[in-house]
Amino acid sequence: MTSVDAAVISVSATNLRCLRGGRDLFAPVSFTLRGGESLVLRGPNGAGKSSLIRQVAGLLPAGSGMLDVQARCALSDENLALDEGQTLAEALAFWARMDAAPATAVSDALAQMALTDLRDVPVRMLSTGQRKRAMLARVIASGAMLWLLDEPGNGLDEAALSLLGAAMAAHVTGGGAIIAASHFALPFAFTREIALTPAIEPEPIW
Amino acid sequence: MVMAAFLALIRRDLALAWAGGGVALPVIFLLLVASLFPFAVGPDATLLGATGGGMLWIAALLAALLPVDRLIAPDRDAGVLDQLLLRGFSDEIILLTRLVAHWLSFGPPLMVATVPAAALLKLDGDVVLRLELGLLLGTPGLAALGLLVSALTSSLRGTGALAGLLALPLAIPLLIFGAGSLAPGSGAAIKFLAALSLLLVAIAPIAGGAALRASRE
Repeated sequence: MTSVDAAVISVSATNLRCLRGGRDLFAPVSFTLRGGESLVLRGPNGAGKSSLIRQVAGLLPAGSGMLDVQARCALSDENLALDEGQTLAEALAFWARMDAAPATAVSDALAQMALTDLRDVPVRMLSTGQRKRAMLARVIASGAMLWLLDEPGNGLDEAALSLLGAAMAAHVTGGGAIIAASHFALPFAFTREIALTPAIEPEPIW
Repeated sequence: MVMAAFLALIRRDLALAWAGGGVALPVIFLLLVASLFPFAVGPDATLLGATGGGMLWIAALLAALLPVDRLIAPDRDAGVLDQLLLRGFSDEIILLTRLVAHWLSFGPPLMVATVPAAALLKLDGDVVLRLELGLLLGTPGLAALGLLVSALTSSLRGTGALAGLLALPLAIPLLIFGAGSLAPGSGAAIKFLAALSLLLVAIAPIAGGAALRASRE
């Protein structure tokens, strides 16, 4: 089963660029990613890590170059996307329904992120780190094979970071793929790393 | 499966509208205006009967604009729209579910509230019937208009008043034909009202979708 899924996942970018506000964010990037592989994007603030992740998610157009994504994606960025008034389990169950995930997906994901005790707490009562873990639980519960994690470690303490590392390792071992952006080292061995460099502005002709 | 997700999304939007006062507020607003109006113009039954129907149309129009600032912007800021797009919903489909949920959350409640409001204004029975028919045909257009304005202003900050200012001039045709349909033998006005409503319902998801897409870049 994993080998079939692994064959299906494929992300390939060729000379991908990103134009924001008429400006090139980063020098053209090329990479390919298949099931069981993981990629971390590095670069200073504003280098375009988040934009590249949103391009892969299809939320930003691929400015020029080629980008082909053959996989269902799950995205974790700075937005929680869980209804504040609902309990954590209800809010996660909504997305699990949207993903047609199996019935146990939510409780499994909550357990993986050590959130089982908070399942009946309203989302608005969660702390920063708990919200980040809830977001990761949403990604885990989605069952998507390609995880797009934008700064997944922000706001997490040591224990939660190791939970994150374990979840990522389990996902990749199960044939999934990960593209992550992080400005500090995550407790996970990525198979590939890309450092985004600023685009070189072409010299004016005269 | 796709239909189930579509319905689940409408159910969520409806639950949010219910919890956020999107259902109760327009109803209370309409009843308040209907009870204030006789104080302002006096308790003369003929005057109230002649002007009350048009006044209820204005109240319905303003009530439809009350939840406009909560239709799109909160979900956009919370990343819910991103997550839906990621799951293969297009902007147009998202707005279509919003349109259905928004209409369900204020159209039928407003029609129910119109009955006691009409009694407060001493409207005739056949005027009330024409008013209800007009609201049934016109409120989808009002919902579409509110949604369109909401999508257009979702990426701007502090737009509660701006949304109303944008929507009101566009709602004038609905108001003309809606209030015009209250007179006896006004079949043409009710047909124009239905046509306008249909037009707004047809273009709102497409134009609003284009606005959402442009605001993402």
